[in-house]
Amino acid sequence: MRAVYTAGPRNVLVLGFQFYHVHLVHTFSQHRAGFSVNATTKDRAPLLRVEGLRHDGLQAAAFELKPGDIALISGPSGSGKTRLLRAVADLDAHTGDVWLDDRHYLSFAPSEWRRKVGFLPTESHWWRRDPKTHFNTPPDVEMLARLKLEPAALTRPIAQLSTGERQRLALLRLLENEPEVLLLDEPTGSLDADSETRVEAEVKRYLKARGAAALWVSHDKAQGQRLATKRFIMAAGRLEAR
Amino acid sequence: MIILSSLDLVMAAVLVCLSAALTHVLRLATAGRLMIAATRALVQLLVVGLLLKLLFAQADLLWVAAFAAVMLAIAGYETLARQRRPLTGVWGYGVGTLAMFLSSFTVAVLALTIIVGPSPWYTPRYAIPLLGMLLGNTMTGVAIALDRMTQTAFDQRGVIEARLILGQPWREAISDIRGDSMRAGMIPTINGMAAAGVVSLPGMMTGQILAGSPPLEAVKYQIVILFLIAAGTTFGTVGAVWAASRRLFDPRERLRLDRLRKSPDGD
Repeated sequence: MRAVYTAGPRNVLVLGFQFYHVHLVHTFSQHRAGFSVNATTKDRAPLLRVEGLRHDGLQAAAFELKPGDIALISGPSGSGKTRLLRAVADLDAHTGDVWLDDRHYLSFAPSEWRRKVGFLPTESHWWRRDPKTHFNTPPDVEMLARLKLEPAALTRPIAQLSTGERQRLALLRLLENEPEVLLLDEPTGSLDADSETRVEAEVKRYLKARGAAALWVSHDKAQGQRLATKRFIMAAGRLEAR
Repeated sequence: MIILSSLDLVMAAVLVCLSAALTHVLRLATAGRLMIAATRALVQLLVVGLLLKLLFAQADLLWVAAFAAVMLAIAGYETLARQRRPLTGVWGYGVGTLAMFLSSFTVAVLALTIIVGPSPWYTPRYAIPLLGMLLGNTMTGVAIALDRMTQTAFDQRGVIEARLILGQPWREAISDIRGDSMRAGMIPTINGMAAAGVVSLPGMMTGQILAGSPPLEAVKYQIVILFLIAAGTTFGTVGAVWAASRRLFDPRERLRLDRLRKSPDGD
C-alpha cells in the first residue's frame, strides 16, 4: 500500500509536465535513488545524460558524459553522427530527453541551452567582416599562440583565412561562451598534424579547467587512442558503445 | 475633359501590335507575352471600369467592402506568386495578405475619415482608387521583402544556425536578414517619393490634370497619396517580415527551413 501511495504524487507530476517524455520522472527518481545510496563526490555524477534520442533516422541514442569525459564517436559518413550532435544541441526537432546537471533541456531557454551545450560544426560560418567582431572579448595573444594563430588573423577579412584558421578561431569563439559540454564535429578535420595536437591540448585544457565534457566526432583511430575516455560507433543511425 | 472614342483605343492598340511585330522580327520571343499582357490589360480594365460604374451608382458600404475584399484577395495571390520560396500552408498566403490588410485598410480608412473626408466616408469614388493605390504599392513592398527574406534565410542557413549555436536568440540570429528585407521592400517607395515630380510625374496626378483639375490641387492630392503609400508600405513590409521571420523558428528557436516551399527549380 505504501508503494502505491508514493507512486501517486509522481504520476501527478507526469501529468503536470506534458512536455516531458513519460519516462523522465522514472529515470529521474532512479538517478536520485542511486545518488543517495552511493553518495560519491559531485564530479562523479553525470554532466550530460541522453536517453531515447531519436531524430530523422537516428535510433534511440543513449549515453552519459561525466566531467572530463571525451566521448569519441566514429562511423561512416552519413551514419548520423552530425545528426546526433545537432539533436543534442537542440538544433533539429527530436524526441527523447537530454539532461545537463540533472536539469532537463526543456527547462532551459533554447539560447541558454546552446550556450551551455556548445556545438562546433564541421564548417564554420561568419557574418561580420573579420573574426574579431564575432567575439565579446577577443582572445589574447597567448590563447591564439596556443592554437598556432597569428594575432593578425583576428583582423583579417574572413575570406582571406584558411579553412583551418577559421576552424580554430571558431573553436575559440565557441569557448568564449564557456559551455559545459562541447559537441565537436571533426574539429581537426582540416588541420595539419601540429595544429591538430594543439587543438587537442586546448580542448583537454578547457575541459579540465571548466569541469566540462566533450562529444568528439572523429575518423582518426590514433586520435581516439590519444583522447577518448569513452568510445562509440555510429552505424546506420544506431549509436553503440565500444 | 476630352472623351476618348473607340477609334482612339484602336489606334493605341495598333501601336502595341507594331511593337509586338518588331520584337518578333528581332526574335526577342516576347511578342506572344506582349500581346497576352496587352489583351489582359484591355479586358481587366474594361471589366473594372464597368464594375466601378455599377459600384459608383450604388454607394453601399457592403458593396464597397466586397469590392475591397476581392482586391485584397488578388493582391494576396500576387504577393504569393512573386516569391520563389514562400512559406508552406496557409502562412504563404496568410502572412502577406494579413499584413496588407492591416496596413492598407487602416491607412485608407484613416485617410478617408480624417484627411479627405468625403461623405459618407466610404464613397466609392474616393475609397476604391485610394485603396487600390495603397494596396498596389504595399503589395510590391511586401512581395519584395518576403521574397528577399525567405530566399536569404535559405541561402544563409549556416550563418543563422551559427548564431543560434553561439546562444543568440532567434530575433538576433535573423536580425540582419530581417533588416535587409525590410529595407529592400521599402526602397521602391522611397525612390518613388524622391523622384516624384523631378524624374517622373506620378500617374495619379497626371490623370487628375488630364481630367481637368488645377495642377496645384492635383499636386496636393499626390503629396497626400505619396505619404499614405509610404506609411502603408512601411507598416505592411515591417509586419509581413516580422511575422514570416517568426514563422521560420519554432518554440525551441530552431531554424525551420522545412516551412518554406521548394523553389521553382526544385531545390
